[in-house]
Amino acid sequence: MTPLVSEQAIQIIYLISAALFILSLKWLSSPASARHGVWAGELGMLLAVIGTLLYRGIVDYTWIAIALVLGTIIGVPLGRVQMTAVPQRTALSHAFGALCVGLVGTAEFYLRTPQIPRFMMAVLSVEVILGSLTFTGSLMAAGKLQEILPQRPITYRGQNIVNISLLAIAVAVAVYLVIHPGDTRAFPLIVAIPLVFGVLMIIPIGGADMPTVISLLNSYAGLSAAAMGFVLDSKLLIIAGALDGSSGFILSVIMSKAMNRSFTNVLFGAFGQVQASAAAAQEARTVRSATAEEAAAILAASNSVVIVPGYGMAVAQAQHKVRELFDALTKRGVNVTFGIHPVAGRMPGHMNVLLAEADIPYDKLLDMEAINPEFPQTDVVLIIGANDVTNPAARSDRSSPIYGMPILDVDKARTVMVIKRSMSPGFAGIDNQLYYLDKTLMLFGDARSFVGDIVRQLSGDGHG
Amino acid sequence: MSDLTTSLYVFMLAAFIGFEVIRRVSPLLHTPLMSLTNALDAIAVVGAIILAGERKSDLATVLGTIAIVAATSNLVGGFIITDRMLKMFKTSKPKKP
Repeated sequence: MTPLVSEQAIQIIYLISAALFILSLKWLSSPASARHGVWAGELGMLLAVIGTLLYRGIVDYTWIAIALVLGTIIGVPLGRVQMTAVPQRTALSHAFGALCVGLVGTAEFYLRTPQIPRFMMAVLSVEVILGSLTFTGSLMAAGKLQEILPQRPITYRGQNIVNISLLAIAVAVAVYLVIHPGDTRAFPLIVAIPLVFGVLMIIPIGGADMPTVISLLNSYAGLSAAAMGFVLDSKLLIIAGALDGSSGFILSVIMSKAMNRSFTNVLFGAFGQVQASAAAAQEARTVRSATAEEAAAILAASNSVVIVPGYGMAVAQAQHKVRELFDALTKRGVNVTFGIHPVAGRMPGHMNVLLAEADIPYDKLLDMEAINPEFPQTDVVLIIGANDVTNPAARSDRSSPIYGMPILDVDKARTVMVIKRSMSPGFAGIDNQLYYLDKTLMLFGDARSFVGDIVRQLSGDGHG
Repeated sequence: MSDLTTSLYVFMLAAFIGFEVIRRVSPLLHTPLMSLTNALDAIAVVGAIILAGERKSDLATVLGTIAIVAATSNLVGGFIITDRMLKMFKTSKPKKP
C-alpha cells in the first residue's frame, strides 16, 4: 500500500507521544490534576498506535486487527476488577507487559540472526532475560496474591545458591551469544532459564513482602521495555521504559526503606526463616479486651481519633463499614484521620485506594511522616488489620527481627484499640508488645462486623 | 554507532526525568502511579504491531500477534483502572486553596 504519511511524520507523532507520557506522570503528582494525566497518556498512546498503523512496512493488517480486538476484550474486564483485587491485577499486567517484550525479543533474534552486532545482541539478551523472568515471576506473584498459590514463603536449603547459579548460567549464555550471535540452539536457553528463575525467585517471598516485590517487578518490566526500545531503535519505547523502570525503582526503594530492608534482603532473605527463634521466648501476658459498646463509648468521648488500616481491613472488606464509622464520629465532632504506613497492604498505596473507594476524602489520609507527630495529641488510635507496622519493638528491641523498621508511633496516643481476630502474631510470627500495654484494648472479632457493631452503638444511643 | 549513542542519551535523560517527576507523586497515588506507568509501558505494542504486520516470517507473525494481545490488554485495562481509581479520590475541602 502507498504510505499515507512519511517516516518523518511518524517520528514527530512519536515525539509528541513521548512528551504526553512525561506530562501524564507529571500531572499525577497531585490528586487534583491526576485525571488529566490519564487523558494525556491515552492521547499519547492513541497517537502512537495510529502513527504505527500508518507505517508503510506493514503489509498485512489481518492479524493486527484480530490481536487488537482480542487484547481489548481481555483488557476491559481487567480494568473493571474490584479494588481489593488491584494488587493481583497489577502483578498480572506486569506479566503481560513482560510477555510482549519477551516475545518481540525472541522474534527479533530469529529475524536478525546471524548478523547481530555485539551491542545489539547484548541489549536483546537483557530484553529477553528480564522479560522472561518478569513474566513468570509476576504470574507467581499474582497467583500468591489471588491465593491460588500458598502465600507462605517456601524455603529450602541452598535456595539462594540454586537461584544465583541459574541466573549466572543465563548471563553466561547471553555472553556466549554476544560473541556467537548465530547460534540459534543457545538462544532458547536465555528464554527458558529465566522463566524457571522467575518462578524460583518468588517462591520464598511472603505476603508482607509483596509491595516491594511488585515494585521491583514493575521496574524490571520497564527496563526490559527500554531494552526493547534499543533493539528496535524506538526512542519512544526507550522513554516509556525508562519512566516505568525509574517509577518501579523509586517505589522499591521507598518500600524497602519502610521495611528497613535491602533489595537483596527482600529477594534472598526469606523473612519467614529469621523469625523462628524470636517467637520462642515469650511468657503468657495478659491483655485487656473490650466490647463494641465500650469501644463506642470511648470513641464518642474523644476529640481526635486516628484509624490505622492494614491488610486485614482489605481481607475483611471492611472499608465501607470504616467509612460509616468515620461519618458517625465526624457527625459527633470527633476529628478522624487515617494513618497509613507505606507498606500497609499488598502494594504501594493499596490502603489509600480502598479508603478512597469507600468515599473517604483523601485529605484525611495521612502518610507516616505526617501522622507520627500527631500521635501524642491523639485520644484514640483504632488499628484495623495492621500489626507489625505498629509494633514498638521496632524502635526499642534490638533483638527483634523488625528492629529499625520505621513504624507508626501509635503507642504514644492516650488509648489504643486493636481490632483483631485472635492473639495470633503477624506475618512474621513476631509478638506485638503493643497489645500488652495498659492503654491498649483488644477488640476481638472480624474487622467488618466489629466496626459495624461500633457504628450501631454510636447511632443507637443518640448522644454518648 | 551514533544511533546507539543517541539512544543511550535518550535513556539517560528519560531516566532522570522519570526520577524527578515520580519523586513528586504523592504516596496517596502510588497504586494509580503503578497502573498508569504500566499502561504507558504497553507502548511496546508499536513494536509488536510492526512485527506482526511486516510478515517477515511465520514465527515473527505469530509471536508478534500474541505480543499485541498482551500489550493491548495492558493498555486498555491499565487506563480504565487508573481512571476508575483516580475518580474515587475526593477531597473534603470545597476548593483547592
